[in-house]
Amino acid sequence: MSDTIAFLLDGKEVLAAKGRTILEAAEAAGTYIPRLCFMKGLLPFGSCRVCTVLVNGRPQAACTQPVAPGIVVESDTEEIKNIRKKIIELLFVEGNHFCMSCEKSGNCELQALAYRFGICAPTLPYQLPQRELDASHPDVFLDRNRCILCGRCVRSSQELDGKHVFQFVGRGSKKKIAVNAKAKLADTELSATDKAAAACPVGAILRKRTGFMVPIGKRLFDVNPIGTDIESARATK
Amino acid sequence: MNKDITAEINKICTAVENARVRMMDIVRAVQEKYGCVSDDAIEIIARNISIPRVEVESMVSFYAFLSKEQKGTVAIRLCNDIIDRIYGCDVVARAFTEELGIGFGETTTDGFITLEHTPCIGMCDQAPAALVNNVVVTDLSSDKVRKLVKTLRETRDPQQLVTRFGNGNNSSDLVKAMVTNNIRKKGGIIFPLMDSAFAENAGLERAIAMSPVEVIDEINTSRLRGRGGAGFPTGMKWEFTRSSEGANKYIICNADEGEPGTFKDRVILTELPDLLIEGMTIAAYAMGAENGILYLRGEYAYLYDFLMSILSQRREKKLLGNAVMGKKGFNFDIRIQMGAGAYVCGEETALIRSCEGMRGDPRNRPPFPAQKGYLESPTCVNNVETFCCAVRILDKGAAWFSEKGTKDSHGTKLLSISGNCQSPGIYEVPFGITVREMLREAGAANARAVQIGGPSGQMIGPADFDRRICFEELATGGSVMVFGPERDILEVVSCFVDFFIEESCGYCTPCRAGNVILKKYLQKIMSGTGEPADLAALQDLGAVIKTASRCGLGQTSPNPVLTTLKNFRSLYEARVTESKSGLQPSFDLAAALKETESIIGRASVHP
Repeated sequence: MSDTIAFLLDGKEVLAAKGRTILEAAEAAGTYIPRLCFMKGLLPFGSCRVCTVLVNGRPQAACTQPVAPGIVVESDTEEIKNIRKKIIELLFVEGNHFCMSCEKSGNCELQALAYRFGICAPTLPYQLPQRELDASHPDVFLDRNRCILCGRCVRSSQELDGKHVFQFVGRGSKKKIAVNAKAKLADTELSATDKAAAACPVGAILRKRTGFMVPIGKRLFDVNPIGTDIESARATK
Repeated sequence: MNKDITAEINKICTAVENARVRMMDIVRAVQEKYGCVSDDAIEIIARNISIPRVEVESMVSFYAFLSKEQKGTVAIRLCNDIIDRIYGCDVVARAFTEELGIGFGETTTDGFITLEHTPCIGMCDQAPAALVNNVVVTDLSSDKVRKLVKTLRETRDPQQLVTRFGNGNNSSDLVKAMVTNNIRKKGGIIFPLMDSAFAENAGLERAIAMSPVEVIDEINTSRLRGRGGAGFPTGMKWEFTRSSEGANKYIICNADEGEPGTFKDRVILTELPDLLIEGMTIAAYAMGAENGILYLRGEYAYLYDFLMSILSQRREKKLLGNAVMGKKGFNFDIRIQMGAGAYVCGEETALIRSCEGMRGDPRNRPPFPAQKGYLESPTCVNNVETFCCAVRILDKGAAWFSEKGTKDSHGTKLLSISGNCQSPGIYEVPFGITVREMLREAGAANARAVQIGGPSGQMIGPADFDRRICFEELATGGSVMVFGPERDILEVVSCFVDFFIEESCGYCTPCRAGNVILKKYLQKIMSGTGEPADLAALQDLGAVIKTASRCGLGQTSPNPVLTTLKNFRSLYEARVTESKSGLQPSFDLAAALKETESIIGRASVHP
């Protein structure tokens, strides 16, 4: 049992295998910690900060922070919820997210989180940036307007597909997704069946000719609001 | 593709054995030679070091001194931090645009000169200042700019702009800079009170006579804390690195002082480089490291040849290399890694990334550098001043070192004081000095506000002037900016927020997206259309950025806003008004309707 670690998550004791992150340990115990840049099967990244929790009073990203014996983790508090809500708002106003015309609506993790947090409209000022589209690829569409810079495509391409199709360029508010070619996505090795083509949590990377195969209202998060799969696993335990 | 370019870049890559980890040296060399790292160059570099081209592009696009677009043969980078603005950089900027006939961010039609702004270049004590390629020009005025441009056009050689040399080693053959040291006060630990106070290499000699563990004990006893500002106990860091598993350990000196208003490391690097290298050597002995890196900020490239010569002199004297000072089995050498214009690289994990030839994105912790740092090996990163203190501790003992300072902050601190004061420069003061005493010494008795610790620190007003400079009260990496009664504090804040927007690495959401919004609110308040609710919005968003950002840069980036909201609240309150009509004062209805009116061809009927 020495490889099992006990810690407190919102006042309740949770047991986890040594080496697990707080996010994984919580999930195994049926507690959903909201996240965007985290994706199962990829190395944790810690960029979106939506999974921020307090560990012994100090803020940490639950997706990168390993569990340790006896730590006190706060996740479901008003303070933390407000931070997460603000971060989600920041992602909305930073890009151009027009849910009602987006093919990803209903399958979009950002939109689903906004619903979960009761965000009807951001309170922060919209930035309305000018960003580039890349429709050159026969099967995959890249719309940077909707990109939240989570790096899931970058990591999927490297870690799962064994390619290097995507990478970040620029820094700060000028940071954006670039492709491994002098010009366009069509010039890369990306294929429609790549994991990277399916890793985007929002509508920035979409497979062409699939957008309306499932009608709005019957999509993933229309049926099961985000996080409920993890939470219902606890209910049935 | 041009064959000459291919051959030349191949040569540059081969010179560093096509090592991916040396990509910074490669791209810097290419930038210097061609004025850009073009698409073609990216392709050639990628092929040479066997990585995807987008990885090269990603790295190049991160650093301000590297560019994909063609720059002029000469890049003039005028510093536009707040201190330079106080000293008239706007007038200087106008003179540049008039003389060159171009705006900032543009290149002259003959492709000779590019004009840019740059954040603090470490010359706040002789502002306004600029970099002309690697040459520093200081104390600029519009007259000097006119002469400067004329000389540049005639000689096409930036070094010809240096018509007088600064004091000390600034005038040495390998520096030849017009930079002056401005050492205003010596404190007896870093800067000796008498020339004979310390013998050269006495600290190193004493260290190697001890066991490595005893050296660390001595540092622990002295309770030396990191001089970069965070104040982490140095002995503890050394102990962690020493006890980490890993055959190759690394000692890295953080000479990337980029905090606006800091220039103390510049003076140490110029006047006491041997002391610094001696400190790194002691650290290497204590931790069992064979390799060291001196990470020198791109802005200080003018010191590169000089520092290289110090390293080779020390090799000749057997103070570096195999069997240092004759100590069998103690081998240590140092390479210099140049930066390329990125403030975030002062963050230790970002600095390590940069040394590895990557983007300067900070890394997730754990693991900490002491466990897995440079090339995944145990690595100790210390500030320039910290290494220097370590030498004195080994030389004179922990007890001697601890005589100065306060209970939790032993020794002295180098302060870089600039702004509205009579004597800007370097002050070595004992920890515990009050702000008031410090201001008196610098000739700034009538200060309205003082920024302690640079933009990432805090802005305080006269009510706090009796507080002490030390880790227990007002911690600082050394930047002290003084603002007189005529300064608009909100303008200062706005300038700092711009700095963080520019320097954010963009990795995490709060810092990347949040500071841009802070700026929006500030602009609204400064334009007179702000409401009281905007102050609450600034406060709330600032708190989120502080809590949720990933690294120290993000976590401290809202400090200018948050500390002035606390200490200068009335200045904000005076500039916001509650809207009586219930309409948003910042919303300009007429302007919003303008486009529609032009399309439909008639004026709106709105009142």
